[in-house]
Amino acid sequence: MSHIDLSVNVGGLKLKNPVLLASGTVGYGHEIAEFTDLNKIGGIVTKSLSLKPRKGNPPQRIVETPSGMLNAIGLANVGVEEFAKEKIPFLKQYDTALICNIAASSVEEYVECVHILTGEETIKAFEINVSCPNVKEGGLEFGNDLDAVGRITDKVRNATKKPIIIKLSPNVSRISDFARVVKENGGNAVSAINTLVGTSFDIYTRKPKIKNITGGLSGPAIKPVALAKVLEIKRNTDIPIIGIGGIMNWKDAIEMMIVGASAFQIGTVNFINPTAGIEILNGLISFCEKNEIKSISEITGSYQI
Amino acid sequence: MYIEKAFVESVEKISNEIFLMKVFSPAIAYTAKPGQFCNIKVSETDFPLLRRPFSLCNIEGDYLFFLFDIHGEGTKILSSKKNGDTIELLGPLGKGFVSDSEYDTALIIAGGLGAAPFPFLIKNLAEDKNVICLVGGRSAKNIVTYGLKNIAIATDDGSEGFKGTVIELLKEEMANISKKSFRIFACGPNPMLKALQKYTIENNYDCQISVECAMACGFGICQGCPVDSANGKSYLLVCKDGPVFNANTVKL
Repeated sequence: MSHIDLSVNVGGLKLKNPVLLASGTVGYGHEIAEFTDLNKIGGIVTKSLSLKPRKGNPPQRIVETPSGMLNAIGLANVGVEEFAKEKIPFLKQYDTALICNIAASSVEEYVECVHILTGEETIKAFEINVSCPNVKEGGLEFGNDLDAVGRITDKVRNATKKPIIIKLSPNVSRISDFARVVKENGGNAVSAINTLVGTSFDIYTRKPKIKNITGGLSGPAIKPVALAKVLEIKRNTDIPIIGIGGIMNWKDAIEMMIVGASAFQIGTVNFINPTAGIEILNGLISFCEKNEIKSISEITGSYQI
Repeated sequence: MYIEKAFVESVEKISNEIFLMKVFSPAIAYTAKPGQFCNIKVSETDFPLLRRPFSLCNIEGDYLFFLFDIHGEGTKILSSKKNGDTIELLGPLGKGFVSDSEYDTALIIAGGLGAAPFPFLIKNLAEDKNVICLVGGRSAKNIVTYGLKNIAIATDDGSEGFKGTVIELLKEEMANISKKSFRIFACGPNPMLKALQKYTIENNYDCQISVECAMACGFGICQGCPVDSANGKSYLLVCKDGPVFNANTVKL
């Protein structure tokens, strides 16, 4: 029986431990529940939900790259309404924080999705995926546009009292500027980073290996980038951070907390080892015990520079 | 579904380019069904990072058999595994062949390494079923007949058996076969499966195909392995809704 306090508070979102399962890596929970006890996990972030169901991209959607993988799934999801009707009942039975990730192609759509879901008691927070093309206003990603991120945060803030986490894109010059804009507009926290843009070509056919040509890079290869971005946000703003990027084991998780994360998400590792969440949790407990750390939140931002 | 650290019993080169791996894994051996697969982590390091999917080729007691050739880093590592080495299996995965039903003859169509799932299927067929195997490949060295019976061969270059594709051979043989009641089970490269789909849909033949796709997780969480449904309205997942599909339900 551990006497370590594993609880963390991420800008108002209270979690029993800092281990979260990242959006797009565990669907709506059914499959991963067969391998791991979701009751032990701090929280689960759903696959990005959009206003209308999305079919997703044609194959090939994924390819392995050195120490990582590219994905261009295309935000395939059942849509907010079917999620509320069909998927929430399953997730309700677990003692884990349910965070809904929202994707949209216009500012109004983000608000509409949050509006539809905010009354649902089981949902503990919203994570807003701004790495989506702003279809209405030219097609550039919201996450590359400081003004757009500010507007989305502000409008979503007015649509819900639940904690709002903006999931930031790393494909920008200064991620801390985006974090600041989120804070200024009432966001509770940021999660960083989403995937990096990458590609891979077959040298014999000369064609891209994924149909979409480019995809999002994830896995161990991106950990140094994720750590640098989280550190930049920590040193330049005071908004709470959920760290994401290349975490494969408990050591990676501790490292992410040291540079500034209050909690963290694991993604790609779930595809390889669906029990990773619990293994990482046990590793954290062990680390705290061995180093006489009474409460895991002490580790957040404890870098020595 | 199990995650099992399993001991490799042997890796045997059964022909110029094809390897047969025997692995000790009682939990999977006793629960797997023909047509299912395992997603295998070939090394304990992050290289390769992702697991690799392999059809369950055969099962004997506590042992699983996998058939493969070398076409990347993962299979290269597997080919050099020795007795006592370990690999990590995630399985059994997917929806396998549905073979119990009222028909006389199981008509198996295998293209190249598509022969892999059939030894297990043949073993599990009801005693009263006849089996015919049509095996195709680009040339004689691509023909895989391990665990198959009652075989007719087709090679594109005519270096062995019938000169032409295995689907062309099927059409030739159909005159003899169509007098019986049969179910087709097929596995092989997409062009072969597409040609087979067209033929079986046109003639309303009972046909199941086992489909391949690049995969990450293999059990339905990453959404990486889509195949279009016949009505085009949604994608199905090869790892979870397949890999075996009725030929008229998917669009390759």
